[in-house]
This record gives sequence, structure tokens and C-alpha cells, in this order.
Amino acid sequence: MSVPRFWRRLKNIYNLIGTHCNKCGSYLYPPRNMCPKCRRNGMTTPYKFKGFGEVLTYTIVHTGAKDYTKLTPYILAIIKLDEGPQLTSQVICDHSKIRIGMKVKAAFRKLGEESEKGMIYYGTKFVPMEE
Amino acid sequence: MSVGIVSYGAYIPRYRIRVEEIAKVWGANPNSIIDGLMVYEKSVPDLDEDTITIAVEAARHAINRAGIDPQEIGALYTGSESHPYAVKPSSTVVAEAIGATPNLTVADFEFACKAGTAAIQTCMGMVDSGMIKLGMAIGADVSQGAPGDALEYTAAAGGVAYVIGKKDLVANIESTYSFTTDTPDFWRREGMPYPEHGGRFTGEPGYFKHVASAAQGLMNKMGTKPSDYDYAIFHQPNGKFPTRVAKMLGFSSEQIKPGLVVTRLGNTYSGSCMMGLAATLDIAKSGDRIFMTSFGSGAGSDSFSYTVTDRIEEIRNGAPSIEKLLADPIYINYATYARHKNKIKL
Amino acid sequence: MRDVAIIGVGCTEFGELWDKSFRELFVEAGVSAIEDANVQGGKIDALYVGNMSGGRFIEQEHLGALIADYSGLASLHIPSTRVEAACASGGLALRQGIIAVASGYHDIVIAGGAEKMTDVGVETTTDALAAASDREWEGIMGATFPGLYAMMARLHMHKYGTTQEQLAAVAVKNHHNGTMNPKAQFQSEITIDTVINSVMVADPLHVFDCSPISDGASAVVIASADIARKYTDTPIYVKASAQASGTISLHDRPDITTIDATVAAANWAYKMAKVTSKDINFAEVHDCFTIAEICAIEDLGFVKKGEGGKAAESGLTAIGGKIPINPSGGLKACGHPVGATGVKQAVEMVLQLRGEAGKRQIDGANIGLTHNVGGSGGTAVVHIFGRDK
Repeated sequence: MSVPRFWRRLKNIYNLIGTHCNKCGSYLYPPRNMCPKCRRNGMTTPYKFKGFGEVLTYTIVHTGAKDYTKLTPYILAIIKLDEGPQLTSQVICDHSKIRIGMKVKAAFRKLGEESEKGMIYYGTKFVPMEE
Repeated sequence: MSVGIVSYGAYIPRYRIRVEEIAKVWGANPNSIIDGLMVYEKSVPDLDEDTITIAVEAARHAINRAGIDPQEIGALYTGSESHPYAVKPSSTVVAEAIGATPNLTVADFEFACKAGTAAIQTCMGMVDSGMIKLGMAIGADVSQGAPGDALEYTAAAGGVAYVIGKKDLVANIESTYSFTTDTPDFWRREGMPYPEHGGRFTGEPGYFKHVASAAQGLMNKMGTKPSDYDYAIFHQPNGKFPTRVAKMLGFSSEQIKPGLVVTRLGNTYSGSCMMGLAATLDIAKSGDRIFMTSFGSGAGSDSFSYTVTDRIEEIRNGAPSIEKLLADPIYINYATYARHKNKIKL
Repeated sequence: MRDVAIIGVGCTEFGELWDKSFRELFVEAGVSAIEDANVQGGKIDALYVGNMSGGRFIEQEHLGALIADYSGLASLHIPSTRVEAACASGGLALRQGIIAVASGYHDIVIAGGAEKMTDVGVETTTDALAAASDREWEGIMGATFPGLYAMMARLHMHKYGTTQEQLAAVAVKNHHNGTMNPKAQFQSEITIDTVINSVMVADPLHVFDCSPISDGASAVVIASADIARKYTDTPIYVKASAQASGTISLHDRPDITTIDATVAAANWAYKMAKVTSKDINFAEVHDCFTIAEICAIEDLGFVKKGEGGKAAESGLTAIGGKIPINPSGGLKACGHPVGATGVKQAVEMVLQLRGEAGKRQIDGANIGLTHNVGGSGGTAVVHIFGRDK
């Protein structure tokens, strides 16, 4: 990903900052300026998610995406945050323990790097909540 | 001095490798290594962890523990000898990831294992002078030991963050004293993956001379002696050195016990002493007095004297304790460890 | 809006076609279609080319001009348009051609699709395909296409009890159909064990649950119904053409196991053709992964939601079954040169409805449906074809 494209979104991806539509009350992550329900009538403001959620579905990726080949196998999942929106992320846990419905919380991890000389991307992944 | 610790937070990766596992690969006798170093196992970062991710997690724990408003942090310094970039500070990523940007000053520190305590001293000055309200000093590392080298048994991963301020202190910092000389006992050149060290030279002319001088210097300055303290923490490259220097200075093994985390964790380099302090704060009571002396190769030592306040009980449970972070480790073998530490050149 | 018919079809083999370039493939399919339609090049009013990623695969954009030129139609200045909707590029090109003729703007057009995927390494191909997902919020987190569909599969298995064997049955059926399709990339039988024991790509999808990387092209000639019989005795009529958008990312989908764009497009198509799902004799659906066929037959209304797993396993969707699905071998066995697939599905429709499908002929084929999806469901295109208007 190019440097400006990553930089534009880094606050959102480090801190799970999305948007909240004051008109209909929807919480949106990834962030959107245009609320999909209200469109031009919506009023969106930034919102920082608490970082807690549960696993809606998951897979264990063996053939990794381009910048992720060194991380395989990794758990890719769709997480439903407590406030409502769903996002795609990775879950760091024992592969035998991942299950639908697992409660998770945000963790700060390296997402990847462009190359040995290139930029390092950081962001949010998820780990299991303690019992 | 009216400054002190407002909060603290630590992070230790979950993976561990045992000394026996490393010894097996190199054909060394594990028992003599364990006896010689007083270390059983060390922490290993996950594939997607590095000094920055560790510093962020430690910083977030420090913020959460005392419910700090990150916008009140006026300075943030990360000390490490494994910053991911040679040029581009780790501290800007940390500052962004805890929501402290944009109204603060930031820089990275390096002084081998005492970069974190140097950052604490800097924050102390800035807070005391009224320049900033709160300062954050972090010591974090994913230290590298060359394969087959003695340091491989102890070079570990972890980080600790301290928030320094004037109000709502969990511990007053009564005084600090430093002892610094140009002593090349251990170094790493730009671009080299592993450090060089002087073997036995790192002992007497390095560690012991500086730790003892700084410790003695602080006690002279304050007119205190070892028996005035409830706890003491010394830099922990292994279990032997801090035990020996404590004895040399007149501290007892009971005093250093809670802070001696290296046996189960390894040497977290810039985080080493600070980790021991965190483990001690986890169990200290109001009124307890704590003595701490760090050591950084190159070389120098920073000595501190703390008094714990009532407030420690109020905020202690706001973030995981060192014991909690050490619990439930995931043991790995040398091959997995080599993959995690990028020792296999692709 | 006037009625529209397909008067000619053409298709190359699908596979790793080292000797053929992108432009050669399209021209081969196009010429085949024109000859099948008995129409002169000069009568073509416009060209529509479906292609997902000429830029990444062959470093070439401006494909409309390239194809017009190499078809010999640039000298006649035929308008030529490249259409893109990820894996639905072909279906979308078909739809643009149909709209052009139905609206009366043009009388005879060619709609085709082509993709040349093997000139670059597998890593580049996989990354180019990932551009069909949300690069900023799915791609950056390590999402791959098999990974996204695997998450659909995992949830489908959790909610409805679908099993690995039921997923594998889709691949087995489609490979069996492929043995009867001389253009198919894979023309050999496989078993459930072959699928389940193959390398895991993204749990629970194995290599044999995934459609391959392929080169290939297809083309159809579309004419207004009132002149169709001048060119062919067996015009096949377009009874409906519908297209719907959905969320680009899987995580924003209201139900992860339903491609609601498919549901919307299918509803519009059934309404347009004045039929229901029960009236459809057979269909070519978008089986980019085995789970995709299972969800497709549910979303198209052929079976109830959650019952899709049983279909291939029980023979419901075999060529002799109640609702044959993917007689061509589908994306799985016939191959998936991305831009070509949506048009190839229409080619299969025409062959079946004319009674020219050889060993894989479906008895009594009268009304068929094609279903082409982009990405994980951001676009769905549904067409209904029939022997009668």
C-alpha cells in the first residue's frame, strides 16, 4: 500500500477510530463520511471504539496474501464490535481454540512491511479476552 | 523534588524458550548455563510483534491503569536498542497509538539497557520545571543475541512504560544520581544484526563499576543506607550479576527478590530494570522505600530512590501485573524461535 | 424496449494457454461467434469487452481499442467499450450489449470477455484478484479471496450444518460435467477424497474447492429479435437482464452467508421474465469456490436458505437431476478466465437451449439462468434465456 494511502488512515487503524451517525445512531467502522442509511441527511462524527467484540466467523489462511506469506498460517476473522459494526481482522490465539462467538479485544500489532527497506505498517488485530 | 510516578504499565510477549532448548542446539550443557546465569527461560516476540508494538501495549496499560488523559502527556520518549527503524522514531507511532498527538514533544533514546531510565530522568526534569504536566518514559526491546553466543540465552523481549508527573503519584521519586564513562563493553554497529561484547570485560569494568558507583553515589547524596530500603532493583542481564552487586552493596536477597524477574523472563534490555520496578510496585505497600539502579553498556548507570504512596492500592489493578503477564506462557522450540526472531535469512 | 436474441456464440478452450496472447484469444472467440451467427463484420454496430485486470495481468489498458483494432473493426470505427466489475466483468459486458440493442440504439453488437492470467507469477495473479475486495479494509488485514469465501463457508457450516463432504460434492459434480466439455480446463473425474485430501488453502477450503487460474475468451453476437431469424434458425431470446450492487466488503454484508446482490438481481430478473425460480430448467452459477455454488442456488431461490449443502450431494443439481447447475463444468472445472466467465455462461445457455450441447445436453432445456458475481458479492448479474421470447 502506498505511503500516503496508509498514512491517511493510520489513526483509524491504530486506535479503531470510526464514525458515528448522530442522525440514525449507527456506528461505522471502517469509517465512512457518508452514513449508508441516511446518506446526505446523515451527520457523522469521529468515534473511538472500545475495542471489544466477538468472532462472527473465521478461517485459517494457509496461502497468505502478498505481504503476509511469512505469517502463515494465520487466523483471518470477521469481528463484530460491541457497538455494532463488523470488520475484517486477524485473531492471535491458539489455532485449536478459535471458535465462532469467541470474545476478543483489540491488540496493537505489526500488519506487515512493504519490503526490507520499506515502510512498516502497524494496526489493530484481536486477542481473546481473559476468562 | 516533587515529581514521581503517576502510573506504570508493562507488556511481555507470550512465547518462551527454555535455556535447555537453546543449549541442545549448540551442544552446551544446560545445567551449567542455568547455574552460571540463573536464568531458566526467556520471552520471545510473536511474528507480528516488535519494539514498537510492545511499547504501545505497555503504554496503553500505563494509561489505563490510572485513567490518564493522553492529551495531558507533554513528552514521550521510547528507549530501546532494537528500534524498528534506524531513522524514524518509534515514539511517534506510540504517541499516535495512545492518542497523545499532536501537542507533545517526542524523540527516541538509545543507551543500551538504560535508555528507559534516561528517559525517566528527562521526564523528571521537564515535569519539575513546569515545562510539561505529564511525561511518558518507555523502555522496550526485542533484543537479539547472536546464534550460539552466550547472550542468546538471555536476550528477551518486553517493555515497560512509566508516566511521570507531580500529582496523584503512586511513588515519589526522592532523588536520582548517575555515573557515566566511555567504556566500550558492548556495542552494535549500524546495519549489523547482532551486538559485539567484551566477554568478561562487561563484568567488572562495565556492570559492577557503574552500578556500584551510581548506587553508592545516590546513597551518599541522600545520606541513606541499604537497610533504609524495603526493596532494591538492579539491572538484570542475568540472575547472577544483580545478586552479586546487591551483596556487594549490602542489600539482602529478600530485598531484591520481588524485582528479580530475569530468571523467568530473560533480559529485556531497555525494559530490564523497569520491569523489576514494575514487579515490585505490584506488591509494594504505602510507605515502602525502593532503590533502583540501571546499567547501560557504553557505559552508565542511573540510580533512583522511591517512596510508595497510598495511591498505589487505588490504581494497582487497573492493568495487568507482571505476574499476570508472566503466567500462561507458550513454549516453543529453537526452530520456531529462529523463525520468530528472523534469524533465518530468506 | 424491444426483444433481444443471441444469434451466434464462440468460445476458446480455457486453460493455461501459453501459446496464445490476450488479443489472439479474444479474436478467436469473436470470429467463432461471428461465423456461428453468419453475420458480416461490417454489420456489427458495437463491441463490449469484459475484462477484470488487463493492467495487472498484461500491463495493458485501453482494451476496447485494442480489441476493435485486432478484430479488424477499428478501420470501420466501431465503438468499443471495456467493462469491468471484477469477476462479473463478462456478465456486465453481456448486459451492456443487451441494453444497447434492447434500447434500439444498436441493432447487432458483440459482447465478449477475455482474461490472460498466466503471463505473470501466481503471487501477482492472486494480488490482482484481491483488488476485487476492499483493499483498504480487507486486503490490508491479510484477506485473500479463498480466505473471504472460507469465512462464508465456516459460518454456513456453523449455521446450517453444511459439511466438508457437501462442499466437495460440488467440485466432484462440476469435474464430472467438465469431462463432457471439450473446452473445459479440467476434463477428468475426481472424488470426494481428492478434494478433502488436497492442500488446505484457507480452512475449510482446499485447493480443489477453488476455481483455477485460467486463460480464455468467449463472445456472443446479440441482435434485435425482429432481425434474428435472418441469421439463425435458432435464436435464443434474452428474457431478462438484471444487475445489482452489494457491499464491496464481506464484513459489511447484512448476512455473511447470503450474497444479497444475487437475491436482488434474481428478483428483478424473475419479474422481468415473468417467471419464478421454479420455472428455471438449469443454470450456470458463479462457483468461484464450492461454497459459492451452495450459496448461489439458495440466493437464486432454487433451494431454501441453508439447504444448499445437500443439493450436489443428493444429485439434485446433476445434469440428470431436478435442477442441473453448471453443466459446462462451472468455474471450477471449465476454468475461470475472469472476464470471460460471464459470457461463457451465456454461450453454454445457447448451446443447451439449441440442443447442441453434445454429451452434456440437458433434456428438455427450455429456460436457463446465468449468474455472475464480482468479488465476494459486490456485483451480481443475472440473465434469463429461453427458446421463446
